[in-house]
Amino acid sequence: MSSLRSDMQDYKDLLSKYLETKDEAILYQAEQFSKQSIQQNISPDEIVNVHYQALKDIYPDLHEQIEGSFKFLIETMISYGLAYQEHQVLREKQIELKSEIGVAANMQNTLLKTSVPKTHAIDIGVKSVPAREMNGDYHHFIKDEQGNVGVAVADVIGKGIPAAFCMSMIKFAMESFSENQIYPQWILDSLNRVVSRNVEQGMFVTMFYGLYDVYTHQFYYASAGHEPCFILRNETREFEEIDAKGLLLGVESAVKYEQLNTSIHEGDLIVLLTDGVTECRVDGRFIEQEEVLNIIKEHEHLNSQEIVEYVFKYFERLQDFQLRDDFTLVVMKRNSSLSV
Amino acid sequence: MKETVSSVVIKKEWDIVGARQAGRQLSQELGFGSVDQARIATAISELARNIYLYAKEGEITFEELYDLPKVGLKIIAKDKGPGINDLSAVMEDGYSTSGGLGAGLPGVKRLMDEFDLVSDEEGTKVTTIKWARP
Repeated sequence: MSSLRSDMQDYKDLLSKYLETKDEAILYQAEQFSKQSIQQNISPDEIVNVHYQALKDIYPDLHEQIEGSFKFLIETMISYGLAYQEHQVLREKQIELKSEIGVAANMQNTLLKTSVPKTHAIDIGVKSVPAREMNGDYHHFIKDEQGNVGVAVADVIGKGIPAAFCMSMIKFAMESFSENQIYPQWILDSLNRVVSRNVEQGMFVTMFYGLYDVYTHQFYYASAGHEPCFILRNETREFEEIDAKGLLLGVESAVKYEQLNTSIHEGDLIVLLTDGVTECRVDGRFIEQEEVLNIIKEHEHLNSQEIVEYVFKYFERLQDFQLRDDFTLVVMKRNSSLSV
Repeated sequence: MKETVSSVVIKKEWDIVGARQAGRQLSQELGFGSVDQARIATAISELARNIYLYAKEGEITFEELYDLPKVGLKIIAKDKGPGINDLSAVMEDGYSTSGGLGAGLPGVKRLMDEFDLVSDEEGTKVTTIKWARP
C-alpha cells in the first residue's frame, strides 16, 4: 500500500506538471508509470481512482458534476479490474503448465530415446522433430544378436500429450520383445494386441516395420496402415515404392499382418517416413511426395545423416520455420562392399 | 461487537439494484473510499444475480462490523436453491467469465477481503467481509 501511496504522489506531480507544460517528456514518464503499475499488478480501476484523487488535490474546488462522472467511471472500471486480475492468474497458470509440458517433453525424449545401430553393412541416418513440444511420431531401432537391424517408424493419429502417452506404451511393448523375435509380421501382430487392449477407441497408430538382414541383404517389412516406404535403386536410379497391406494398430485385435521382402543391392537407399514429411502444406498446397524423393535423390552422394538433415532444413524453410506436423525421416543406405 | 443492520429480499432483477443501494449507503457511512464502494456494490451485484438466476429467491443481509480500530461490512447471501455441486469448479478462474456471465464467485472473492461458501441440497450461503482502509 505504501508504494501505491508514493506512486500516487508521483502521479499527482506528473499530472500537474503536464497540465502546466503539455511537455512530451512528461507523457513519456506517464508511460513508464503505467508499465510500473502493471508490474505491481495495479488494476485499471485503481489507476482511474489515482487520477481522480490527484485531480481533486490539484483542483480542490472540482465541479460536482466532474466528481460524479469519475465515480461513474470507477464503477464501470471495476469489472475491467477483475478481468485484468483474472487474466494475471490465468497467465501464471499458463506459464506453469508450459513448464510442466516442457518437463514432460524432456522426459519423453529420454523415454523414447533409441540409438542408431552401427553396422558395416548399412549407413543409417534419422531425423525426428516434433511440430509442438510433444512428439506424436516415433522411431525405434533394434539390433539382434546376429547384428541384423530392425527399424520402426510410427505415427499416432492425434497429437500432443495423449499421443505421447500412447507412444511410450508402444516403446515399452517393443522393448519387452525378445531380440530373437524381430520379424516384422510378429512385431506388428503383437503390438496390435497391446494397442487394442490398452488404448481407448479413437486413438490409432500407423507403423512401418522393417528388418534388414545384414547377411543376405534382404529387407523384410510389414505395415500397419503406414505411408509406403521407398527404395532408390542404384541400378535404375528410380524410386521403387514398397508397401504391405495391413490395418492400423488398435482397430481390431485379431489381425494378421502381411510380411514381404525385397533384395537390397549395393548402393540402394531405403527411405522410411511419416506423413508429416509427405503431407506438409506450403501456401495451401501439399508438397508432393516426389518433391521429397527428388531432394533425396539429388543428395544421395552424402552420407545418410547428412541427407536427412538436408531434407529437414529444406522443408523447415519451405514452411517458414513453423512445422505443421511432426517430421520423421529415416534413410538407410547399403554400403558397397568395396568401401568396407 | 457487531449488529445486524438490514436485509434485502431478492426475487426480481430489480431487487439487485435495491441490494446495491443498501450496500452503498452502509459502505459510505462506514467510511469506505470511492473505489471500495464500487467494489462492494459490484460484489453485491454478483451475489444477488446468482440468487436471481440460479435460486430464484433468496436474501442478502448486511452487518456492520466494529472490531476497533477496524470497521467493516459483512455481506451474507443466502438462498434455498438447488445448491452448487462442484464448489472448486465455480471457484476456478474462467468458469463463469468464459461464458460472459460476469466476474462470478472468484470475482467476489477478489473484490472482498474475506470469503466463505457453504452449499448443499438445502441451499447456498456466501459470507463475505470488506474492511475499510483506515
